[in-house]
Amino acid sequence: MAVCIAVIAKENYPLYIRSVPIQNELKFHYTVHTSLDVVEEKISAVGKAMADQRELYLGLLYPTEDYKVYPSHMIIVYYTPVCMFFLLIENILLYRHTRYGCVTNSKVKFVIVADSSNTSLRDNEIRSMFRKLHNSFTDVMCNPFYNPGDTIQSKAFDSMVSAMMVQAS
Amino acid sequence: MEAHEEKPIIYTMENKPIVTCAGDQSLFTSLYTSLAQQLPRESMEWRRSYGRAPKMIHLEANFVQFKEELLPKDGNRALLTFPFLHIYWTDCCDTEMYKASVKDDMLRWQSTLRLHGSVDWLIVVVESEAKKKNKTNILPRTSIVDKIRNDFCNKQSDRCVVLSDPLKESSRSQDSWSAFLTKLRTLLLMSFTKNLGRFEDDMRTLREKRTEPGWSFCDYFMVQEELAFVFEMLQQFEDALVQYDELDALFTQYVLNFGAGDGANWLGSFCAPVKRWSGLLLRRPIDMEKRELIQRGEASLLDLRSYLFSRQCTLLIFLQRPWEVTQRALELLHNCVQELRLLEVYVVQGALDCWVFLSCLEVLHRIEGCCDRAQLEANCSHTVGLWTYATEKLKSLGYLCGLVAEKVPTSEDLNRTVDLLAGLGEERPETVNSLQSPYKKLNEALSSVEAFEKHYLELSHAAMEMYRAIGRMRSARLIGKSLAEFYMKKGDPERAEGFLDDSLRSYVAEGWSLQVTHTRKQMAECQKLLQQTEDYLQTSALLAGDANLTEEERKHFCQEILTFASQPPAPSDQTVALSMAAFAQLRQMQFSPPGAVVHVGAALQLELRVRCLMPVAMQVEQLAATLHFSLEQGGARGRAGSAQRRTGQGPQGQGDGVVLFPQGSPLAGAGMGALLPPALELYEMQDRSPSDSSLTSTGVVCKNMHLLLRRHDSSASLDTPTAGALPAAVAVDDGAQMLRARDITLQPGDNSILFTAPTGEPGSYTLRQLCGSVGRVQFVQSHIYPVVQYEVYSQEPQLTIEPLSDNLLAGIPQKVKFTIATGHYSVKKGDALQLSNTDSMPILHSSCCSATVLSSTGERMGESALSIQSSEKVTSISLPPTPPYHTLEFQLEVLCHIPPTPFKPDIERLTNGEVRHRPKSHSHADSGMINIDQKVSIDCPWSIYSTLIALTFYVPFKAKHSILSAGKRKYIQVCLQNVSDTNFHLADPVLTERQPTVSMELLSLNVKKQQPVCSQQSVFCLWEMRWAKPLPLCLQCAFSASFAPVSASDTHTAFKPYRYEFQLDRVSTLYSLKAEILPPSGDQHCRTGALCGLEVSITRQAEPSETEGEEEESTEIEGLRTTKLMYEVVDNSSNWAVCGKSSGVVSMPVAASATHRVQMEVMPLFAGHLPFPNIKVFKYLPHNAVPAIQPDTDSCLENDTISLLDKGLDDQGDTASIRSRGSVHSVGSGEQQRGLPMPRLEPFSPGQVFYWSQGRQVLVLPVTDDHVMEVNVT
Repeated sequence: MAVCIAVIAKENYPLYIRSVPIQNELKFHYTVHTSLDVVEEKISAVGKAMADQRELYLGLLYPTEDYKVYPSHMIIVYYTPVCMFFLLIENILLYRHTRYGCVTNSKVKFVIVADSSNTSLRDNEIRSMFRKLHNSFTDVMCNPFYNPGDTIQSKAFDSMVSAMMVQAS
Repeated sequence: MEAHEEKPIIYTMENKPIVTCAGDQSLFTSLYTSLAQQLPRESMEWRRSYGRAPKMIHLEANFVQFKEELLPKDGNRALLTFPFLHIYWTDCCDTEMYKASVKDDMLRWQSTLRLHGSVDWLIVVVESEAKKKNKTNILPRTSIVDKIRNDFCNKQSDRCVVLSDPLKESSRSQDSWSAFLTKLRTLLLMSFTKNLGRFEDDMRTLREKRTEPGWSFCDYFMVQEELAFVFEMLQQFEDALVQYDELDALFTQYVLNFGAGDGANWLGSFCAPVKRWSGLLLRRPIDMEKRELIQRGEASLLDLRSYLFSRQCTLLIFLQRPWEVTQRALELLHNCVQELRLLEVYVVQGALDCWVFLSCLEVLHRIEGCCDRAQLEANCSHTVGLWTYATEKLKSLGYLCGLVAEKVPTSEDLNRTVDLLAGLGEERPETVNSLQSPYKKLNEALSSVEAFEKHYLELSHAAMEMYRAIGRMRSARLIGKSLAEFYMKKGDPERAEGFLDDSLRSYVAEGWSLQVTHTRKQMAECQKLLQQTEDYLQTSALLAGDANLTEEERKHFCQEILTFASQPPAPSDQTVALSMAAFAQLRQMQFSPPGAVVHVGAALQLELRVRCLMPVAMQVEQLAATLHFSLEQGGARGRAGSAQRRTGQGPQGQGDGVVLFPQGSPLAGAGMGALLPPALELYEMQDRSPSDSSLTSTGVVCKNMHLLLRRHDSSASLDTPTAGALPAAVAVDDGAQMLRARDITLQPGDNSILFTAPTGEPGSYTLRQLCGSVGRVQFVQSHIYPVVQYEVYSQEPQLTIEPLSDNLLAGIPQKVKFTIATGHYSVKKGDALQLSNTDSMPILHSSCCSATVLSSTGERMGESALSIQSSEKVTSISLPPTPPYHTLEFQLEVLCHIPPTPFKPDIERLTNGEVRHRPKSHSHADSGMINIDQKVSIDCPWSIYSTLIALTFYVPFKAKHSILSAGKRKYIQVCLQNVSDTNFHLADPVLTERQPTVSMELLSLNVKKQQPVCSQQSVFCLWEMRWAKPLPLCLQCAFSASFAPVSASDTHTAFKPYRYEFQLDRVSTLYSLKAEILPPSGDQHCRTGALCGLEVSITRQAEPSETEGEEEESTEIEGLRTTKLMYEVVDNSSNWAVCGKSSGVVSMPVAASATHRVQMEVMPLFAGHLPFPNIKVFKYLPHNAVPAIQPDTDSCLENDTISLLDKGLDDQGDTASIRSRGSVHSVGSGEQQRGLPMPRLEPFSPGQVFYWSQGRQVLVLPVTDDHVMEVNVT
């Protein structure tokens, strides 16, 4: 299905990137990196309206001769581990406090690259892939030992990505 | 007129639906102009089948003369030539004529139509007044129309319309025109709906047959395109586009199915090898050549796609959607490439590139042709994809044809070029005259190396410019990078460098490691060619440590550095300084000793852990860290703990002198480090008050707040990459002091290097720069962060004496600890401490103690005996030899004598002659212990001055004495309270007179044996005084006892004396006081509320002695010496109400047994055993006498109204007493204001007055009916 899946931080460095044909890894990296141009353009064009919108899928934006790049961006509201700790204390006042103080708006981007020759891929399949990716990513973020901004090194996330890639062949 | 009737139908956009005209041609010709004008003037709503939205449509028509050939034959589905409406024109108004010719003509016309199944017809009868006037024998006009209707329109009367006076400007003519036009439009639309509906049905049927073997897509294509043409003809471009899109989708689906193994036969023709790749042709509305190819089923896939796209393009441009064209074009090109791949169509290598290149340019030209410049510039984002695609394709063609090389193309390359050009065919007639046609461009570009370069650069720059303009910097850089590759191929590294550098910076800034590695490799190649040695070495170093590369590649780059390093240095050039970051990462530093604070000359080792990133072991000749030395810190601070905190407790510090360096990614900290927010660096902060170093506040301080709170500009990170790909040139600074390690081999991975830190001078040393030398190459890290520093201090020798226990107790031997911090002084043999002896605090050296030597880190170094010699004045303690910066500790026992209490300055002076050594004592506020500050003067061998050290001793006891009387007999009680925390034994309490008089004897009433006195407990001792002669006015007594701590082992020697001296004044009893309460007469007991008598008798006990006589104020009245006494009855417990007089003055004769009785009335307020009210007696001194003390109440004299003196006056008190209290106050204040001389009162000293009735009680019975009490309040 997908040949390359990438999660890109707000600052545009890769949090996670994996591609299936190893020999083409570099090409995928270039492709994903360049596609950020389009993603950024789209995000800034849509601007604030995007925040309210539930749909974060940006559609096929960066087709190349060989690959279709499907980017998606998400606005994730996550708590830093410190806040998670506060939440565990279940102090409502503290909770309120952290909501205003520590909540960060993160523009994490997902990019899925699919092989152009794989024509059976439908739009809603891509959507569901993004949904899976999003859920799995949220799990990663919820891990209190994960430091937001670090590269993702999670077995669960890895296996989910692998599953999405295996479906391709 | 003939012209448009005979106009051949060609496929242009001038097509209009055909309407045939039969009947009177000349009549029609006269009306044609106005008809053609008026028909499209108004729009009609076109309702359509299949739920399609109705449309407003302006109808136009092409009116042609009716011919039978025009009518479609069976099976001919050409819609464009299909006559939608047939009109028969006649202006016949003559019945004869009608019958003679017109009717026949009409019948013929009708039968022809019927023959071809056409039901869309209309008969127009034109009437004119002129004709009517000419012919008078005409029938009423209606008859002709009626006739026609009757003859032809048997059911459809509306198929015949009348147009009256069409050429006249009258309202009648207008009305008939508009009625006619409406009819015409309605019928036309009806015909459209009907015919198109039928056509669509046929088409659908055809489409459903697509699974049948004989079905051909090309045939179907032609049919559906016909529909598209009609929609186009009707100006319904949207609908026309839909037809093409449907065809497109259908074809795509077939190709996909073919890919999935479900091949259709007709698709075989599209799988033929591609022979022509001449690109899209968008300049004609309809590319008839291609259309014919399709019609003949000879079209290749590219032909079909090209044709389809050209039609879509035409329609989109009609629809004013040029930007959709570009987007679709890109999709189409990508798609075609994929489809050819999928269908496994043989294509000459490079042919597709040619096709794509030409097509891209053709689309761009077409778009340029229909948009102005400003529009184009504003929509760069739509066209830039095509530009880039064209550039890519040209590039790959260039590589294919050997045009991107330093050499000229080989013959093989030329052959290939010729083959490719042959496939382009002839240039199209449309573009022959255009100088910039895609065809010409490609031809030119492939013709020579130079031309190729020109075109390629032109395209690349154009694409890059566009990307820059729309802010797609990454895409622009990618093109830049491919340009750089081109330049490198061309052997032009100078021009490549800039592009590479630009890309590299952005990748580093955004932290994409693979791209960084790849670009860096290209950069290295470029720098090598440019012979930028330093840059090349730096890049090589980075690459050698790059984990993304293979081992071989890394070794290669590492070898490059080593090769350079081992070259003998040329005289001209210096060593090359490279950044350490590429070479090795600092992991941690560890100080030994961990405090990182040492004294001058001490050994301090620093263990540095570095992770060497090189793939092979590196021989480093010298690894040196320069030190920054600053004097102001450390030296002054001494061994302050804060220094330790600085080095040990950093954010990454683990204490114990370990400094951990933050670990960035392998991207040398430049990429990720710059983007990720740095970790919080928190430090503990303690604020101590300067005076007593107590903690006033504590908190956490963030040291790198300036970094964290800086505004992050995300967009700026790309445009202005702060962190360069190569670190700025690193300068090796030659610090005076450095840590050095020579000839070390750094293995790949973690290495540990041991440095010995210089500690020559006191001050603070900060590590600044780390520099490793490998031959001519130096790896330099210009800053070490977090700050690593150590401190060297120099210390003056210091002597401290501190008690071993919390409090030193006076009176018993106490141990004190002497601590000598030698500092920079070395204690030599024979050095001794000279302690000046004081009488109040002798030094006990009986227990010969030993001294312990400790090193600066607190390790025990040795122990040696102390020899203590004591002379009269001085105690000399010889110290064992001790090296500098060591600590010498020993303990001494000292004893502080308890000065006899209570202290008075003169007594103090007596015990100690020297003022300087005078112990100061004052009561300790909290514990109630009296403390003595004992100062010791010590002469130290390192100083010519004496050191004064104060020791505070606490007196463990507090003594109180009191005199107790029983009539004339006297007892002395001494209360000794142990105020210390120690338990003591007390022995031999003795009370003596200090100036012994024979007359008095003190009889001890105490136990003989030892008594324990626990902490905070008291012991009471009692003596009875017996005397023969009258006692002196003042008695000096001394209490002494021995005490020893309970814990003392040797109780006998441990007993130490305690002495308490006091003075007793006026001991003997002068008066005795006896009170008696008498129940009311006739009653046996007192009752509450009933007045009782209080009789007080004052009896003189002793003769006045000479000594006492002076004190008493006596007056001689009638030969009798009397003194005045004032008595006062006070009841403080509100048991009694004194009624009437409560106080008075009596004159007592100065003679033994003289008695004075006073009667008073008191009233018990409660029932029960009530204690007697207090009776007080004062000396009453007349006003001229000097008062000895200030009496407490000077206003209550003779004040009979005072009845209740108690403070707790309850409500039951009578009103008089309340009133009197008010008056007392006023009187008192008034007297004070007047300041008149007043008689004074003076109390007797304790023991002078003896109260017989002290503690007596009297039984008071309750009244039977005292439940009701009247209270009057005024």
